Amino acid sequence: MQSLIWLAIAIPLASAAFLLLAGKRADAWGHWVGVAASSVAFLVGAGALLEMLGESGDHPGMTLTLWEFIPGGDLNVDVGLLVDPLSITFVMLITFVGTLIHFYSVAYMEHDVARRRFFAYLNLFIAAMLLLVLADSFLLLFFGWEGVGLASYLLIGFWNQKNEYATAANKAFVVNRIGDIGLIVAMGMMFAAFGAVDFETVFAQAPEASTATLTAIGLALLLAACGKSAQFPLQSWLGDAMAGPTPVSALIHAATMVTAGVYLIVRSAPIFNGAPDAQLVVAVVGAITLLLGAFIGMAKDDIKKALAASTMSQIGYMMLAAGLGPIGYAFAIFHLVTHGFFKAGMFLGAGSVMHAMNDGVDMRRYGALRGVMTITWVTFGLGWLAILGVPPFSGYWSKDKIIEAAFVGDGWQPWVLGGAALVGAGLTAFYMSRLFFMTFHGKARWNDEVHPHESPLLMTVPMMILAVGSAFLGLFLASGDRFAHFLEPVTGHAEHHDPVIPIPLIIGLTLALVILGAVIAWLKYGRADVPEEAPAGSLATITARNDFFQDSVNRAVFQRPGQHLTRTLVYGDAAIIDGAVNKQARGWARLGEGSRKFQNGQVRSYALTMLVGVVVIALVIVMGA
Amino acid sequence: MVNEVLFWIVAFLTVIPSLALLFAKRPVHIAMSIVTVMVGLAAAYVGLGAPFLGVVQIVVYTGAVMMMFLFVLMLVGVDQREDLKETIKGQKWIGFAGSIGLAILLIAVIGKVTMEPRITGVEGNPEEIALQLFSEYVLVMEVLGFLLITAAVGALVLTHVPRLTPRRTQVELAEARVLAGANPVNKPMPGVYARHNALDVPALDPEGNVIEDSVSRVLEIRHQTQDGAEFRAHLENPEQKGGDDK
Amino acid sequence: MNYVILAAILFSIGSAAVLLRRNAIVAFMGVELMLNAANLALVAFSRMFGELDGQIMAFFVMVVAAAEVVVGLAIIIALFRARQTISLDEPAELKG
Repeated sequence: MQSLIWLAIAIPLASAAFLLLAGKRADAWGHWVGVAASSVAFLVGAGALLEMLGESGDHPGMTLTLWEFIPGGDLNVDVGLLVDPLSITFVMLITFVGTLIHFYSVAYMEHDVARRRFFAYLNLFIAAMLLLVLADSFLLLFFGWEGVGLASYLLIGFWNQKNEYATAANKAFVVNRIGDIGLIVAMGMMFAAFGAVDFETVFAQAPEASTATLTAIGLALLLAACGKSAQFPLQSWLGDAMAGPTPVSALIHAATMVTAGVYLIVRSAPIFNGAPDAQLVVAVVGAITLLLGAFIGMAKDDIKKALAASTMSQIGYMMLAAGLGPIGYAFAIFHLVTHGFFKAGMFLGAGSVMHAMNDGVDMRRYGALRGVMTITWVTFGLGWLAILGVPPFSGYWSKDKIIEAAFVGDGWQPWVLGGAALVGAGLTAFYMSRLFFMTFHGKARWNDEVHPHESPLLMTVPMMILAVGSAFLGLFLASGDRFAHFLEPVTGHAEHHDPVIPIPLIIGLTLALVILGAVIAWLKYGRADVPEEAPAGSLATITARNDFFQDSVNRAVFQRPGQHLTRTLVYGDAAIIDGAVNKQARGWARLGEGSRKFQNGQVRSYALTMLVGVVVIALVIVMGA
Repeated sequence: MVNEVLFWIVAFLTVIPSLALLFAKRPVHIAMSIVTVMVGLAAAYVGLGAPFLGVVQIVVYTGAVMMMFLFVLMLVGVDQREDLKETIKGQKWIGFAGSIGLAILLIAVIGKVTMEPRITGVEGNPEEIALQLFSEYVLVMEVLGFLLITAAVGALVLTHVPRLTPRRTQVELAEARVLAGANPVNKPMPGVYARHNALDVPALDPEGNVIEDSVSRVLEIRHQTQDGAEFRAHLENPEQKGGDDK
Repeated sequence: MNYVILAAILFSIGSAAVLLRRNAIVAFMGVELMLNAANLALVAFSRMFGELDGQIMAFFVMVVAAAEVVVGLAIIIALFRARQTISLDEPAELKG
């Protein structure tokens, strides 16, 4: 099946093209085509995984060269697919979660007139994301990278009849392009340094390259990762991206696309291994983002935005792990997989709640939904326990390892990074519990027009499956370090390091902070009454509620100076460059005006000029002779 | 020395009339002056031992070219007097200065050159010139023939006026005139029958009145007509003797 | 030698006529005078060197001048037809 992995990309792509071109006659059954395409992709991926598990040897998987893409003189790029444990992990996550969300969307988008188009975009996304993770060169990866960006843009702006949604799509698109510049620059530097952009050549030559080169490439890659994964300082688009339909938020903006940055960092491990400074920057960015996301999550009343902040924060954990080097890569991917499950599950749960609440997203209008939406409550609860890191649920196995790994090292780094991870765990516990209690517990605060009801089976079954994954996947993969061993051919073997403080103490501290956070949340939002209108709040609350004024900061730091710069440039262009050109042109025009006087149209004047010229030339000749 | 005398004669005969080019007002006078110059030059050629060229000069220039100039002058109006006042600013002085400068320059250069005159007594008799023309320069002769034909055709083309409307026949012209209300019969001839039939005397009708139409309009404009009064008086008083009644 | 100087003087007079006279025919006569001056110089040189080539060249000049006169006068007539004048200052369409 590994050699057929291209089908996993081709089928959803063909399905997307078909659905977009089929027109209205496919409206009635088009969504099932999309579901089928995604399912087939999953089956192909599963076949490839089984084949890989059956293989022995140090390097399972294969490289599949499809055709010559760019036969340039010095730059030869082939379209090739790389099937290895890392990419197959992603293939499984994308196709499995993707297929579940396809099923879920059939019900969720039932009343939307453009459901066929929605599934076309979803399939396009699946194809592009698979291309991203299966590509065997940075250039082909870039195609997938742009493809998911396009799909994300189309899906965020799916309801583009609302102006603000269209704006949100534009915002996501623009911020992503900033990151893309990083990837392009990185490819350029790779080509300059190694003469190639395919993984094999680049990674083979990376150890010999200078640290400065690797650091530069690494930082450029980090910029790309920040854009795609909504990491500080390019995090501003993710909150607004929740404008898209909830299944999109679950699939693209929680489980898969936003983790592409982590994939890029882990995939480029040979580059980062040679650039400790770049690694440190990755880790610091991750740490900042995980705290930032957590703070934002604590203040948001919009359930989807709170979840988006949480996604940001969790990806921060992954980035932090990816920045720790070989000891962290496997855990970054591990957390990515478990996060993909529990966060997708929670987003679907949020979608289910919104479905019940007439698309209301304000958690202050929820409350006491446990009774009416039992299945959603249970599945969401399992995801909640998983993200909190309560043993033995999935999150515990992945996040705790990251916290442990963050405490490994010398000097100030373990204390700062580990401390951030530890505090983040407590904050996570608080804001997720707050979200959970505000939604499902306390008093009912919805108004009379709303009649909450449980969602149909087509929606709840995917939630249940994801909830099972949230509960047990971590335990399954973590037992005997199964997952870490599986990824070892890609991430490299990690020497065991001891954290600066003993592991049991870390686990204990983490759990204590988690329990503390959850209890505070229960006291404030579970037992006590939640005001229906958001209280004014302290300065910190306002700051967090406004996403740390990221938009204002962006506006003040980038947009305004940018505008001033462009205005200055426009002025300079008009005054100096155009001015010089115009002045010069005017000079020539004046010269022309002047010389026009010689062309007075009088034949005799011309004759006179000739005669004078003859006399002068003769004079010169005579004098010279 | 005959040659010296001849030179001075030629010099006066050419330079003085050619100054008419600059100062004379009537183009006809100028043309006649140039004819004189051409004749002087022909004399110079003969004096320089080129009798053939002298003859050709007379025939071509004096006989053909200058006559053509006169012909064109008549065609475009012999009366076109020219005001010598200059219209272009500075043209007069710069033009004079340039010409005089050119003359001074040329004379200075010629004066500086010292040449060994090799008067070998070669006479440019027509026979030798003919031999040269039709042996060494035969190709040039043929090319010149082409040139002349081309020039002739060019002149034809330049002076030809294409007809824009179909030619009207005499019948059509007559019909048009009658339609316009003209008198269909001939106009009366000028002159007084049996007494005076010159063109400048208008005819008289039976009552003795002057018929204006009978005299050419051109003569009228030039005031060269007679009003016929004396003849009428003579008719009325036969006793008085007429002017031409001899 | 004297004849050459005479030719130079005639040439200058001819050129001055071209420059100063507005009547196209008169200016044209100036051109003819210049050609004849050149002819005189050629014949004089021919005499000095004892060669016939100068005379033959003068003969050719005459032929060319005749052709030139034909075309030139035709142009003047065409000009007169178009403008009812032969002043050289009149056609100033090429004024810049």
